[in-house]
Amino acid sequence: MSVALSGAMPAAGRRSRPWRLPPSLLALPLLAFLLIFYAYPLASMLLRSVYDQGWTFSGFGALAGDAVFWRVLGTTAQVAFVVTLACLLLGYPVAYVMSRVRSGTANLLMVLVLIPFWTSILVRTYAWMALLGRRGIVNNALIAMGVVDQPLQLMNTRFAVYLAMVHVLLPFMILPLYAVLRGLDWRLVQAAEGLGAGPLGAFRQVVLPLSLPGIAAGCVLVFTLALGFYITPVLVGSGSDVMLSMLIGDLVNRLDWPRASAMAVVLLAMVLGVFALLARLVPLGRVLQGGR
Amino acid sequence: MPTLRRAILYGLAGLVLAFLFLPVLVVVPLSFSSARYLSFPPPGFSLQWYENFFSRAAWTDATWMSLWTAVASTILAVLLGVPAAIGLTRGRFPGKALAQALILSPVVAPGIVVAIGLYYVYARYGMVGRPVALVVAQAALAVPFVVINVSAALGGVDRRLEQAALNLGATPWGAFRQVTLPLIRPGIFAGAIFAFVTAFDELLIALFLAGTTAVTLPRRMWEQLNYSIDPTIAAASSLLIALTTVLLGGAEILRRRAERQRTTPAE
Repeated sequence: MSVALSGAMPAAGRRSRPWRLPPSLLALPLLAFLLIFYAYPLASMLLRSVYDQGWTFSGFGALAGDAVFWRVLGTTAQVAFVVTLACLLLGYPVAYVMSRVRSGTANLLMVLVLIPFWTSILVRTYAWMALLGRRGIVNNALIAMGVVDQPLQLMNTRFAVYLAMVHVLLPFMILPLYAVLRGLDWRLVQAAEGLGAGPLGAFRQVVLPLSLPGIAAGCVLVFTLALGFYITPVLVGSGSDVMLSMLIGDLVNRLDWPRASAMAVVLLAMVLGVFALLARLVPLGRVLQGGR
Repeated sequence: MPTLRRAILYGLAGLVLAFLFLPVLVVVPLSFSSARYLSFPPPGFSLQWYENFFSRAAWTDATWMSLWTAVASTILAVLLGVPAAIGLTRGRFPGKALAQALILSPVVAPGIVVAIGLYYVYARYGMVGRPVALVVAQAALAVPFVVINVSAALGGVDRRLEQAALNLGATPWGAFRQVTLPLIRPGIFAGAIFAFVTAFDELLIALFLAGTTAVTLPRRMWEQLNYSIDPTIAAASSLLIALTTVLLGGAEILRRRAERQRTTPAE
C-alpha cells in the first residue's frame, strides 16, 4: 500500500486486511499492455496519414483524386451492403425457428451454427474453392447431371465473393437475432392473433418491431466486418472485386504509407461510425459474449 | 394453411443451416482422396495427404509455431484479462467506458488496419519475423474473449458469499482464491478456449509480422491457397475442424456447468 493511496483512503491499511487496493487497479496491467503493444502502434500508423515531419494532408489529397480508390470504396460498400442484406434474409428464418423449437432442438441447431462459426476462415474459404472451382464439386455435379457441358466460371467471380462472405458472416447475424427472439414474450403474438391479426400481421406488427434491436446488432456486426474483409475476397474474387482492405495491404507492401494510412483512417472511420450507431441501441458486450 | 406456412419456414431454415454446415464438411472426404487433383467423389481412399502433413517440415514447423505462439498468447491473455475483468466489473474509475472500449476494440477493428498498424511500429524495432511479436499481437486480439467471458461469470457470483468469507476472517485474497475463483473458473476456461482459437486462427497478423522466420499454420495455408492447391491442405483443414469441434465442445460443457452453478441456490 503506497503512502499516497493510504492517505486518500484512511480506512485502508488495517493489519487484518493486508492489501486493500481499489479493485479498479487490477485493470491497469491489461490497459498498459494494450496501450503499448496495440493502441500506440495503431495510433502512430493512423497519425502517419496527417503527419510526416510536419502536418500534411497529401495522403488524403492523393486519395481524393485517385479513381481506383473511389472505385474500390464503391465496391466495398456495395459488397458489404449486399452481404448484410443476404445475411438478414437468410438468418432471420433460422433464428426464428430456433426460438420456437424445444430447447434441446435449439441447442442442436446452435451447434450447426457454431461449428462453422469457429472453424478457420481459411478452411471455409478453401471449402468454397473446392466447391466452385472449374473442376470443383458443383461443376462436376452439373456436368454429370447433364445440366451443362462446359464447366461454369464460378470461382473468381463476384458471386463467389458473395457466397463465401455470406457463409462466413451469417452466424454474426443469427446469434444476436436469436438472442433477441428467444427472450421475446410470445404471449404477445397469441394476444395479437386473439385480437384478429393474421399470422403475417402478428409477425409484422409484433415480432418484427420487438426484434429490431437484434436486427440492428446483426446488421451492424455483419456490415462492419464485411467492410474490412480481406481473406475471402482475395482467394475467391476476381480483379474487379478488389476491396478496400486488399488495396491497403497492397499499398503497404509497396511501402506507400501516406496512402495506406489515409485509407486505413477511412476504413476505420466507416466501421466506428456504424458502431457508434449501434452502441446507442444495444450494449456491445452482450452481442459479443461467446461469439467472435 | 398454417401447417404449410410452418413447413415452408422450417424448410427454409433447414436449407440455410445446410448451407452453413455442409460446405465445411466437404474438405473431409477430399483429405482422404487418392487423387492428386481435386476430384469429387474421391476415386479412392488414401492417407497420403496426412502423411505429407505430418512429415514435411514446412507443415510441421508451421503447426508448432502456431501451437506454441497461440498457447503463449492465451496464457498472456488470461493473466492480463482475468484481473482486468475483475477490475472492470468491481471497480469504479473515470474513463471506465473508454477502457472497456479499448479492450473490446480488437474484435471489431478491421483486421487489416490492426495488422498494418502493428507492422508499422514493430518493424521499426526489428520485431518482424520474431515469434514474440506474434505472441503479443495475438494476445491483444484474443484478450477481449477472456474479459467478456470472465465478466459474465463474475456477474453471476453472489457477492454475499465473499462477504461471508471476509466476515469469517478470510483475507481479501483468501476470499477471492477460495470463493470467487472456483465460481468463475468455468468462465476463465471458456474465455481461454475462445482466446486460443482466435490466436491460433489469426492470419492477417501473421501475414505482416511473421516474416519468413515465424510462419504459422494459417500463413502456410494462405500461401498454399494462393499458389498451388495440393490436397495436403485438405488434411490440414480436416485436422483444424476436428480441433475446433473438440475445443468448442469443451467450451460448451464449461458454459453449461457455469449455468448450473449460477442457478443452484447458494448453500
